[in-house]
Amino acid sequence: MISSLNARAALVSLLIFGSFLLAWHIGVQGGKGSVAQMDPEYARLMGVAATQGKSAMPGPLEVGAQIWEHLKSPFYDRGPNDKGLGIQLAYSLGRVLLGYLLAVMVALPVGFLIGMSPLMSRALDPFIQVMKPISPLAWMPLALYTIKDSATSSIFVIFICSIWPMLTNTAFGVAHVRKEWLNVARTLEVNALRTAWRVILPAAAPTIVTGMRISIGIAWLVIVAAEMLVGGTGIGYFVWNEWNNLSISNIITAILVIGLVGMLLDHMLGFATKLVTYQE
Amino acid sequence: MSMFRNPFDSGLRLRGGCSCGAHASQEAHARAMKADAVEAGETGEEARYERVVQSAIMRAMFPADAQRRAFLSAVGWSTAAAAISSVLPIGAATEAFAQTGPIEKKALKVGFIPITCATPIIMADPMGFYKKHGLDVEVVKTAGWAVIRDKTLNKEYDAAHMLAPMPLAITMGIGSTPTPYAMGAIENVNGQAITLAMKHKDKRDPKSWKGFKFAVPFDFSMHNYLLRYYLAENGIDPDKDVQIRAVPPAEMVANMRADNIDAFLAPDPFNQRAVYDGVGFIHMLSKELWDGHPCCAFAASREFIASAPNTYAALMRAIIDAAAYAAKPDNRKEIAAAIAPANYLNQPQIVLEQVLTGVYADGLGQVKKDANRIQFDPFPWESFAVWILTQMKRWGQIKGDVDYAGIAKQVYLATDAARLMKEAGLTPPAATSKSFSVMGKVFDPAKPEAYIDSFAIKRS
Repeated sequence: MISSLNARAALVSLLIFGSFLLAWHIGVQGGKGSVAQMDPEYARLMGVAATQGKSAMPGPLEVGAQIWEHLKSPFYDRGPNDKGLGIQLAYSLGRVLLGYLLAVMVALPVGFLIGMSPLMSRALDPFIQVMKPISPLAWMPLALYTIKDSATSSIFVIFICSIWPMLTNTAFGVAHVRKEWLNVARTLEVNALRTAWRVILPAAAPTIVTGMRISIGIAWLVIVAAEMLVGGTGIGYFVWNEWNNLSISNIITAILVIGLVGMLLDHMLGFATKLVTYQE
Repeated sequence: MSMFRNPFDSGLRLRGGCSCGAHASQEAHARAMKADAVEAGETGEEARYERVVQSAIMRAMFPADAQRRAFLSAVGWSTAAAAISSVLPIGAATEAFAQTGPIEKKALKVGFIPITCATPIIMADPMGFYKKHGLDVEVVKTAGWAVIRDKTLNKEYDAAHMLAPMPLAITMGIGSTPTPYAMGAIENVNGQAITLAMKHKDKRDPKSWKGFKFAVPFDFSMHNYLLRYYLAENGIDPDKDVQIRAVPPAEMVANMRADNIDAFLAPDPFNQRAVYDGVGFIHMLSKELWDGHPCCAFAASREFIASAPNTYAALMRAIIDAAAYAAKPDNRKEIAAAIAPANYLNQPQIVLEQVLTGVYADGLGQVKKDANRIQFDPFPWESFAVWILTQMKRWGQIKGDVDYAGIAKQVYLATDAARLMKEAGLTPPAATSKSFSVMGKVFDPAKPEAYIDSFAIKRS
């Protein structure tokens, strides 16, 4: 029954996808044939959107061809402003991982501190509440001004945006470890550090990893925005550069790639969550 | 290209006169433009540097045109050249300018915004002008003016493509921390346009534009000042009757297609791109407002120039070479092909060709021809800076007393000619100003305050 449910779900997915492609294909078939009224010299200077009334939106076939082009040579390098999709992704992933790891290194200890100390929890709460909802783009000018380096600024922005879910989740997980377990540790006279390491960490791990999973999603969201703003390299820059050229098919390609990579990152942490989950 | 012409020609006026201010009449201007373009391509670069230095000296010695012409016609240009050489070592000054000293820093990063104004900066890379002068320059595409400003202030870029008003604004600390900046060269003159969305094709009279949403590339841009000027001359208050937004050039066409803006005064290729995609039409070229107006600049911090003078000189030589090459109409198609790839402008080649050759579709079914749609003339006239400052004050970007001439001199007079003359023991020109007219109204750089007061619509 389960397998047949899976098969049926896959079938429905395919049907939805197929009808979406078909609707898309039909949707972009614009009116054609106004070229006759145009002076040929004038028409030569104009794009197909103006001469043939072709929709600026590419059809699924064009996008498919574009994706194939990128897949054929993902690592070409034609100068500082034109690199293959693979290289751009590598730049973005590098920045995301660096900013994210920094955030992990700060968020876990501070989250432990907040979770274990009601005083610190209350003292730091207003800061966290104010800082949490700030958009990455709002940080960027400040970061550029103070850090004075655009690459470090993007990493900082990822750091500052991805830290909060981990911090709050860690604090929550640590604060809600079952009292009985802590009491057992206390009766056995386990010291504080050992309690944190052997009792609290495993107990809070599922919550912490869930926070990390939310954070990696945010980090991946942020990098596109940050790179669009700063430019240079990365998948966000690629989107911006193609926007510059009004090349919708390249932008759709980039959107698909961003989605796929985001999904992979999420699945990796989803797998980690399974590893640390325990049955009470 | 007055900079590349023989300054000892008595028929030539170094200031005042035609649209660009360098010629006796409009016809002479047209003739000279043609001759220059050929000459700039043909004569060797030694000769070109000599002309640059000679021009600067002649301007310094004879601030009044009539006087200089009288002198030249009395003695003839070769005698004049010899006479002046005996007093001032033009040879030495030229040598200092053309000399390739040890370059302090070979690998440089130069930021640019992907627009045709940046043509000399960009083309110098694929066409080998930087390499020729011993530099290894990486030209880096940048997303917007605010970012290019911040990255230059951060020293990530050694020099950058900026809008002509930006080095002034940065030096004065408007919109950033005050940092002394210098503008070595204007990149282009003209080359902008007002583009209206297709739905406004019957609203050609600017008086009917109340309630429009306009886009300009940046607050501190010639585009902003020219658009405001044009609107105000037509009785529309740019702050009250319409909305003017700063939108990065690359995003303008997309915004116009989405109906977010009604019109923009923007750099090319985006005017032509809007036409190419059937989104808008070209209402007028910016040269119809002010023929020969500056637009973009090649700027670097004073600190960079002081710490690496030979590198800066080599950079300037590459830019002057590139500008001279770009000035020749025959080269324009080749340049369009060189800067079209994704590494540079990332635009269809036919769009760039229309911008650079001046044979273009206007979006309303006409093919228009204007060889001066964009021109490349690197000389940074101080009076350009003074005009920009008057507009900054007019629209309330700067308040209080402004030392027009002082700031103009500090930022725009840092030309190679002046600096290298100083090194050769000469006194740099006291003034490198010329008057010009904007929409038929003459601007006298000596009376900036009176000029501001003469406008009916202003914020100060």
